[in-house]
Amino acid sequence: MSLSRTLRALPTLLRVGVAETVAYRAEFLVWILTTTLPLVMLGLWSSVAAEAPFRGYTSAGFTAYYLSTLIVRNLTGSWVAWQVSEEIRLGAMSMRLLRPLHPYVAFASSHVAAIPFRTVVALPIAVILLVSSGASALTTEPLQLAMIIPSLILAWVITFNVMFMLGAIGFFVTKTMALLNLYFGMFSLFSGYLLPIDLLPWVLRKAAEVMPFRFMLSSPVELMTIPLDAADVATILFGQLAWAIVTLLLALWVWNRGIKRFEAVGG
Amino acid sequence: MIRARNLEKHFKVHKRPPGFVSAMRSLVRRKYEVVKAVDGVSFTIERGERVGFLGPNGAGKTTTLKVLSGLLHPTRGEVEVEGFVPFRRQTRFLEAITLVMGQKSQLIWDLPPSETYAMNRAVFDVPHAQFRQTLAELTELLDLAPLLDKPTRQLSLGERMKCELAAALLHRPTTLFLDEPTIGLDVAMQVAIRDFVRSYNQKHEATVLLTSHYMDDVVALCPRIIVIDAGTLIHDGDLRQLIKTMDPDKRVSFTLTDGIPEDAIAKLGTVLVRDGQRLTIKVPEREIPGVVGQLLGPYKVADLAIEDPPLEEILRVMFGKSREARDLVDNGAAAREAAG
Repeated sequence: MSLSRTLRALPTLLRVGVAETVAYRAEFLVWILTTTLPLVMLGLWSSVAAEAPFRGYTSAGFTAYYLSTLIVRNLTGSWVAWQVSEEIRLGAMSMRLLRPLHPYVAFASSHVAAIPFRTVVALPIAVILLVSSGASALTTEPLQLAMIIPSLILAWVITFNVMFMLGAIGFFVTKTMALLNLYFGMFSLFSGYLLPIDLLPWVLRKAAEVMPFRFMLSSPVELMTIPLDAADVATILFGQLAWAIVTLLLALWVWNRGIKRFEAVGG
Repeated sequence: MIRARNLEKHFKVHKRPPGFVSAMRSLVRRKYEVVKAVDGVSFTIERGERVGFLGPNGAGKTTTLKVLSGLLHPTRGEVEVEGFVPFRRQTRFLEAITLVMGQKSQLIWDLPPSETYAMNRAVFDVPHAQFRQTLAELTELLDLAPLLDKPTRQLSLGERMKCELAAALLHRPTTLFLDEPTIGLDVAMQVAIRDFVRSYNQKHEATVLLTSHYMDDVVALCPRIIVIDAGTLIHDGDLRQLIKTMDPDKRVSFTLTDGIPEDAIAKLGTVLVRDGQRLTIKVPEREIPGVVGQLLGPYKVADLAIEDPPLEEILRVMFGKSREARDLVDNGAAAREAAG
């Protein structure tokens, strides 16, 4: 399907995507509310830093970090891996493949359509962040503030690509649940979801710098909470852009290899 | 036009006997078997033809349809549909075909069918005016008006199937792969779907390849049938000719209002079914006028019908012969192997 045609179809796809999100609103809200691990971690680290800063992080610093993490995770998390792998396993992908629209675009548009609802969840957290002690640890640098939205978009793209790729591995293995658990373990550790990357031991910190996970979550959080110079900001955004391209190519490569093995079970 | 040449599709299947021990063993070592779902099938279907694609369960019908519609990559052989290689799934190919599977839904489950239609319009890039016109036609032909704004999950099976058909045809495809489109539907709905498929075929000169376990669908819709068993083609030709070749005798069914002597019945033909005063006898075609004359003369008959043998019977005989032939080949191969 050509780009111009995809763009023509996009408004309808987004509208139907919004209707779907509304139809599944309860399930959607429950999914969003399961991403509360940062609040648990905030409780833990706030008590650690209550009396004195811990490796540069004050209690307010932890508040800013984990509430920002919660916002970013709410806006950029993706469940497409479960959808893709289940559709492959049960054969429902067949009906999608009969349409002249790449499933990557179809899934992406329905996930983009959910963003307004995610914002509804993220906004109260942002308000809490702004009125809490964490507000003092947020950046006020205009450049960083300006780059938060692009960084969030790139984090969303990388996360979606990685999750789409993991779902497409369903073409090769019957169930991807174990793989997704492994992914989530690595993501939690190396993305800054559990704790800020600069609190990781040296070896893990170095590993985190070369893996994509940091760019899926920590990058926008760093822009929101850590004072950075222009070069650091550029490094973060170019890193995200590079991973967005690499993960897109990887996701499509896995998809194209996998589709040849599709068994279209059932029916 | 649809063309398949020596089409083969094999699947690697994990085989494991039942039980805990074999489940544990399969953790370490798995046994796989290659199943030849389609094994060297060739046929050509011209534009506008309506063809029934028949075979017992597991014969390879649905697999063939999935290869033809581009969902599966063939293991070997050539396939061409409307000039395209299906598995490349080019946009123009997908616009030209549709696949309706009675047991799979393309409708968005929690939204009304109208939302799926709107999405299909956008994805297939159907101009708004053409979309409105086609939807109006389909709504009238399939009586969809009361269903368009109900969530799909609240539709009955028959209602959903009608909506599925509309979703599959909104982009006006010229090749229709219909896999059990009437499964689970009541008789009235089956007739409605058949009538609709026939009129669509005539109006758009669309090619139809239909699989169905309801032989009435096939008899009503398809002048030609292709029969496969165990992945191989065992018949391709005119439906009436097949029936004539396999069983040239007619079935005469009648209901008597009075009694009839047993020896008189025996003279008419071979009794196949007897249910009180209702009888079905088997009569050679050339003897039909004489038998009807003998019946209507001296006896009182409430109704009388002359029909071809049911397609189910013909197919049962065909599949039996095909199985015997396969066993013969397998036994021959085993004997050759044993002989060294």
